[in-house]
Amino acid sequence: MRPENYQAISHPPSNEYELNFGPNHPGIEGNYALKVKLHGDVVVAARADGGYLHRGFEKLMEGRLWIQNIALVPRICVPDPVPMEVCYSMAVETLNDMEVPERAQWLRVLQLELSRIAAHLFTFGGHAATTGMYTTMYWGVADRDLILDLFEEWTGGRVYHIYNIPGGVRRDIPEGFLDRVSHTMDYIESRLPDYDNLFFTNQVFVDRAKDTGPMNQQQALEWGVTGPNLRATGLAFDVRRDDPYLVYDQIDFEIPTEAPGDAWARTLVRRQELMQSIHIVRQIVEKLPSVGGPVRTPIPNPLAWNVPAGETYTRVESSKGELGYYVVSDGSDKPYRVHIRGPSSMHAVRVLEQLSLGARLEDVAQIMFSLDACPPEVDR
Amino acid sequence: MSDIDYKEKGSILNPLKSLQFFARKAVTEPLEPRLASLSYRGFHLNDWELCIGCSSCQKVCDNAAISMIEIPGLPSDPLKGVRNQRPAIDYGRCCWCALCVDICPTGSISLSREYVHTCTQEEIDSYFILPDPNGIHKKFYGYGWRKVADSDLLNLKRGEMGERSADQRSDNFDEIVDGYSLEQAVAEASRCVQCGMCHDACPTHMHAPEYIRAIWQQDMEEAVRQIYRTNPFSHVCGRICTHCCETACSIGRRGDPVAIRWLKRFAMDSLDHETVKAIAAQDKVDYLSGKQIAIVGAGPAGLTAAFDLVKLGHQVTVYEAQAEAGGMTRYGIPEYRLPFDMLDQDVDVIISLGVSIEYNTRIGVDIELSQLQLDNDAVLLALGLQLGRSTRIPGSEHAQVTKAVDLLRKIAADEAFDVPRSAVVIGGGNVAMDIARSLARLQRQQYGESRMTLTALEDLAHFLADPVEIKESIEEGIEILDSRGPQACEIDEKGRLIGLRTWKVLSIFDEQHRFAPSYDESDEQLHAGEMVIEAIGQMSDVSLLGDELTERLEWNRGRLQVDEAGRTSEAWLWAAGDCVNGPDVVHAVADGHRVAASIEAVLGQQETDHES
Repeated sequence: MRPENYQAISHPPSNEYELNFGPNHPGIEGNYALKVKLHGDVVVAARADGGYLHRGFEKLMEGRLWIQNIALVPRICVPDPVPMEVCYSMAVETLNDMEVPERAQWLRVLQLELSRIAAHLFTFGGHAATTGMYTTMYWGVADRDLILDLFEEWTGGRVYHIYNIPGGVRRDIPEGFLDRVSHTMDYIESRLPDYDNLFFTNQVFVDRAKDTGPMNQQQALEWGVTGPNLRATGLAFDVRRDDPYLVYDQIDFEIPTEAPGDAWARTLVRRQELMQSIHIVRQIVEKLPSVGGPVRTPIPNPLAWNVPAGETYTRVESSKGELGYYVVSDGSDKPYRVHIRGPSSMHAVRVLEQLSLGARLEDVAQIMFSLDACPPEVDR
Repeated sequence: MSDIDYKEKGSILNPLKSLQFFARKAVTEPLEPRLASLSYRGFHLNDWELCIGCSSCQKVCDNAAISMIEIPGLPSDPLKGVRNQRPAIDYGRCCWCALCVDICPTGSISLSREYVHTCTQEEIDSYFILPDPNGIHKKFYGYGWRKVADSDLLNLKRGEMGERSADQRSDNFDEIVDGYSLEQAVAEASRCVQCGMCHDACPTHMHAPEYIRAIWQQDMEEAVRQIYRTNPFSHVCGRICTHCCETACSIGRRGDPVAIRWLKRFAMDSLDHETVKAIAAQDKVDYLSGKQIAIVGAGPAGLTAAFDLVKLGHQVTVYEAQAEAGGMTRYGIPEYRLPFDMLDQDVDVIISLGVSIEYNTRIGVDIELSQLQLDNDAVLLALGLQLGRSTRIPGSEHAQVTKAVDLLRKIAADEAFDVPRSAVVIGGGNVAMDIARSLARLQRQQYGESRMTLTALEDLAHFLADPVEIKESIEEGIEILDSRGPQACEIDEKGRLIGLRTWKVLSIFDEQHRFAPSYDESDEQLHAGEMVIEAIGQMSDVSLLGDELTERLEWNRGRLQVDEAGRTSEAWLWAAGDCVNGPDVVHAVADGHRVAASIEAVLGQQETDHES
């Protein structure tokens, strides 16, 4: 620019300023960014940007064999990978009109519930950390590790189990495994009073979380909210009960709800769900020895496996909400299109933007963690 | 459930209860490395003794982390299905999903319990690992994720082939094997891991992975196009090939090899004849070279060479002594294994390209070989092995002692002869089985029952015949006596043949591995039969060469000596097929291609020399 062309830009006087919140912010989950416009420390506008992962899972899946995708899908939601594997496998099984052996179904439910417990422990910890209570986070991560130990022994992987494949699961549980599951469940249950004392009934948490980021039931339904976030507005909707898959119709469990729909309610719903999951795991531990048979229906050679043309939508209840896979096959050896209906893409974009309005800056991170959004699932 | 009502308003005192943790013992973790679980998916291990370098791990790898590296010192044997390649892992890409373990046809690859690897910037290429049984740091930490029955991704069971029962087949020459249905063929084709061991093992290097893939995709025209790239005797080979491909198949390491032969048959049978002809003619040049080539013998070798040469624009004439083409595939293989109309189709495809065949024309009798030399730019001898060898035991000159090939020819040509009520076959190869089973059928047709005995030097486990042939022969009521050495054809005082006298064989070869059978003379048996049939090997009828040429040519143990390209010591004369290599259809086809390429190269060179 030539100096004679320079014109100073004059800004109107303003009390508002913009702040980039993330992608490398300690208070935000994963590679996620939020651009917030603040008046003082009150948010007047928020713009979510989940694009910092650049992963493109859905597109990647179109270039891989049906079997190869089982190693890809757990990465879409790191803290709760099992629903991804199960839901994808269920979609492929539906397209193939394939039966899954009963034992494999019980094993899948065991996996799903252990994964839910691990994910909830992680989320409390995260929520606590955003309110400054780091001890709860350390505890949550440490206790989650005990479940990862179980997964390691069972599936050979701590985080990415890659255990569910179309047709069933890759192998049976090891000798004596159910005893160790029971032991871990007993331990985690015994730890719950400690969590309650330190976090859930801590006045700091209650005061900060109550009335923070509230939404009512109608808003939740309009915004496509599912899972604990929806149940925290008083609506008892759970895919496990309302559209049962696997063997959930043979399992006894309750669906905890809370009315207020704020950050406090959302986290409390998870606290109660954790207990329900322990209850479910105990039922499976009791039931599993009486369910014999194979753990897998053989699939054709995965290098030459054409899945019949068609499309399907399968859904499961993940720890974050309703997870759905819309899979289209054109009859070839790779998916034609996979679309993932991840709960986090609603919670972390539209809902987070809305709930942040009027909140104070220090509560933005808390709202995000109370929504339990998983950024890689947004940017898929 | 917790006894705290957490729905109440929070208390500032509750978190203070956690202060009790100060009084508890601290949680500590030992400093030494933690051992991973028993099915952990850590760094790879690969048993190099078991690994065959088939590259299935590379194909299933979802991150393209595996590349196959050639290791010069390792064994490499196409016929056994072994390559000197081993997988190398790029740990910058690997995601430890263990699909490579689950698909491995041999079970050689596994994951270990080892999971720690660090390196400096200078050692960054240590992330590329060629796994061996010791693991990444040459220290074995124990097996982690290994293949178990539940996780095996390969289908090791071959699709059942329908065939007619012994009762249904033993009195007629109808084809035994049904062939696959489309559904069966697609399922069988889907078992293939596309390793290409079959391609390497096949004498004519058929593009088996490609046509199996095409069958799986239900594109039969493409399958036949791939088949015709290397084999104009596809109907024949789809039925009676000795299938080196299946011996080398990597799926056969732990299970049944892919039924490559039946898949080829299915692809060929699923197209109509005109379409096959159109596919075969696709790469024929549209000009004439002006060269003339004579081929003696219309068997697989001669006709394959004719097929190649005519497509290159040469004028090819095939001289055949018999009334029909096919050579030993017509006159040596019974119709229940290879129906004549299937052979006719293969031959017709070759004729449709412009090859002319002079039937009933015996070189040396009807036309002199020297005349062919004068009239043509090149001459190819594809004579076949039509003379049976004799045991030369006492009595073998009797009129009722015959050679299997002569009798098979009579049966194929529908010539009349007196079918014996009982007969003894000497030999344990496929020809012996063929004649025994053919005669048994004729006996059933004429007399309602069969009495066939087959004796061989070898014990049953070492018969040269295909195991399926032995099994089916026994099912058809043929008495098979192994380890019996023929001593004499017994003739009674009226001059009638009454049977074969044999001794028990103790060993066939001496210490220097030379053929020198030793017998237990006390174990002598007489096998009754009105006819004794010798099926102990064949040789070529080379009388057409004439004395002078026979003298000039070079020989190798009674067979014509040829160079690698199939050319004899005479510049104008090539030889190919069984008369050079011994009996096998697919080897003859391979030989036909090789000789055609040699003739084309030599004629092309002559053209260039002529122009310059």
